[in-house]
Amino acid sequence: MNILIVGVGGQGTLLAAKVLGEYATLRGDEVKLSEVHGMSQRGGSVVTHVRYGKQIHTPVIWEGGADVVLAFEPLEALRYAHFLAEGGRVLTNQTPLPPMSVATGLAEYPDVDAQLDAVKVPATDLALAAGSIKCVNMVMLGALTRLLDLDYDTMRQAVQNSVKKALDMNMEAVRLGYEALK
Amino acid sequence: MKRLMLTNQAIAQGAWQAGVRVVSSYPGTPSTEITECTAKFKEIHSEWAPNEKVALEVGIGASMAGARAMVCMKHVGLNVAADPLFTAAYTGVGGGLVIVVADDPGMHSSQNEQDSRFYARSAHVPMIEPSDSAEAVAFVDWAYRLSEQYDTPVLLRTTTRIAHAQSMVELGERVEVPLKEYQKDAPKYTMLPAHAKGRHLVVEDRENRLKADCLSFPQNRVEMRDAKLGVVCAGAVYQHVREALPNASVFKVGMVYPLPIAAIAEFAQKVDELLVVEELEPFIENQLKANGIACHGKDLFGLQGEITVAHILNKVLGKALPTAAKVPGRPPLLCAGCPHRGVYYVLRKLHCVVNGDIGCYTLGALPPLSAVDSVVCMGASIGMAHGFKYARPDAKNVAVIGDSTFVHSGVTGLINAVYNHSGITLVILDNRTTGMTGHQDHPATGKTCMGDPAPQLDLEALCLACGVAKVDVVDPYDMAACEAVLRDALADSRERVVIARRACIMKERVLDAKPLSVSDCRGCGKCLGLGCPAIVKSEGKAVIDRTQCVGCKLCKDVCPFGCIGE
Repeated sequence: MNILIVGVGGQGTLLAAKVLGEYATLRGDEVKLSEVHGMSQRGGSVVTHVRYGKQIHTPVIWEGGADVVLAFEPLEALRYAHFLAEGGRVLTNQTPLPPMSVATGLAEYPDVDAQLDAVKVPATDLALAAGSIKCVNMVMLGALTRLLDLDYDTMRQAVQNSVKKALDMNMEAVRLGYEALK
Repeated sequence: MKRLMLTNQAIAQGAWQAGVRVVSSYPGTPSTEITECTAKFKEIHSEWAPNEKVALEVGIGASMAGARAMVCMKHVGLNVAADPLFTAAYTGVGGGLVIVVADDPGMHSSQNEQDSRFYARSAHVPMIEPSDSAEAVAFVDWAYRLSEQYDTPVLLRTTTRIAHAQSMVELGERVEVPLKEYQKDAPKYTMLPAHAKGRHLVVEDRENRLKADCLSFPQNRVEMRDAKLGVVCAGAVYQHVREALPNASVFKVGMVYPLPIAAIAEFAQKVDELLVVEELEPFIENQLKANGIACHGKDLFGLQGEITVAHILNKVLGKALPTAAKVPGRPPLLCAGCPHRGVYYVLRKLHCVVNGDIGCYTLGALPPLSAVDSVVCMGASIGMAHGFKYARPDAKNVAVIGDSTFVHSGVTGLINAVYNHSGITLVILDNRTTGMTGHQDHPATGKTCMGDPAPQLDLEALCLACGVAKVDVVDPYDMAACEAVLRDALADSRERVVIARRACIMKERVLDAKPLSVSDCRGCGKCLGLGCPAIVKSEGKAVIDRTQCVGCKLCKDVCPFGCIGE
């Protein structure tokens, strides 16, 4: 399984990847993750790679190799859509975060719906309902659990093992994401 | 016990298991986490040195005294440490000495994509390259054995896709390695010409032995599969090749210098076509060609950027490379509330030429601030501003540097600017941390890498001791004060330093302020010129995202109509 997690620096793609890595470990799979630190964390476009299965070589998902693009922001879903494998799916938070060029009126936010067939989740709203905009990542993990028919209890265990702060709120966010895709 | 681990963490684990006692480094993506992780082991003295040259000298000293030592840096850091490296190759070691160097193909967080493998060849020091976290632990152990057996520093190279990848690691126990006995040995450790002439012969002999011995190192291994195609590769690329071409035969290079040439020649005999897949320079390919081995690689893969599985599928199997949608870019930004923003806004307003430097504040180069004219390397801002000023005495140019970078290699530039008198103005953006790499301490923060209190380097006193005419300290949130001080400094023919001091907003939330909001916006767009990620233009008007705003009030100060408030 190749899951490309994309979003905006600060949205918690690294923690989401850590949870998925823990999930796969609990299921007895081999796991490899690839992430980028430094410059890209400052509100820039970020991408984190999660691969698990019986035997994994490279930790880096390639263009045309992702089973799922898990997007915390719709424009980022579109930016990385060419990473999808044939039959791959996009699961995205539906709330846009305009990049600086759009925010200052120099560029237009693209019509993502017209260019991308994606399953959408109101993750920002659900995160706020759970208690903080910071748990968009957990809402999206909940929705992913439903989309891929992953084991919900194992995912909850993975969150418990990986998340150090505000566990109750994060668990609630996972639940809201999971329920959102009924 | 097994654990999913970042390779940088695995290198630290490997160092601990190998009995390392001293680690000295300067932060640099993608190498930083190694030293942050060794700092958690009480058996290892871990420290942030002011720069990579000092770090390596610390490592050489500890090694000479008999301890196993490690020094970590990014690729451009090795340029800084090159001076001691080339002569440490002559002195050899006491306790094992390993230098970890992390290259950044594709420049995720760097100013160039140089290939550090050439340092191994120029300095005549062996270089090894692991392919994942587990191998990193084993290779650190191997590196220390090599170092002590061959009496040489050893370079351990990673790239971003190794350093920042996670895979499973089997945790081992620490093996205490007793200090080697220290005996004065001037011909070995005192490199004056008479001694160095003798040591150069030792270096040559050592390399010849390594060239012969590496042919049978198990870390250089042949994986015979289909004989139609044989691929020579190392590091992260090995994993990409295995993924893309599961049936290809592979020569996995564990020691990239010296290369096991004869073993690769033997492998070449067994396959129809020999392909070298390597990122950056044709380091392996050219050596094979120079030894008469028919091969190719750079005809398919260029010098620039990373190689991915998709590139290999495309170049080797002709599979189409999917193309990306054209969408607006999203470069990284100065954070909402970043103390650097106000200074850049003022410098832009004053139409200054800004000789910038390396750090978060490099981001001031991007629109809409677009405030930076040059960035070259750590510390370059000051020397460049001095040179620029000499060439154009009327130029209104300033050097802008961060606190950590100033201590790294800016201070020598300032000494030069005063000594050779150009009358530059230097702005030190002092956010009390090494920001870009994730908030590491440095000599001016008053804390060590291991969290202990330390004497705090006094930047004002240091600049005055360099001989500058005046040092002003301003709060970068107070743009009026910044502007007044900068105007005064720019009008002065003497060297002046302005320290804009406020802690990084990501490190210390010092503000006791509420998020702001906009009412009755006239749509002039002035506030958008700050490039604050919390301000968005919506239907021609500015809107503040209250979840991001930290209340720094810069936008309130620039709004000409008083529309922004709490």
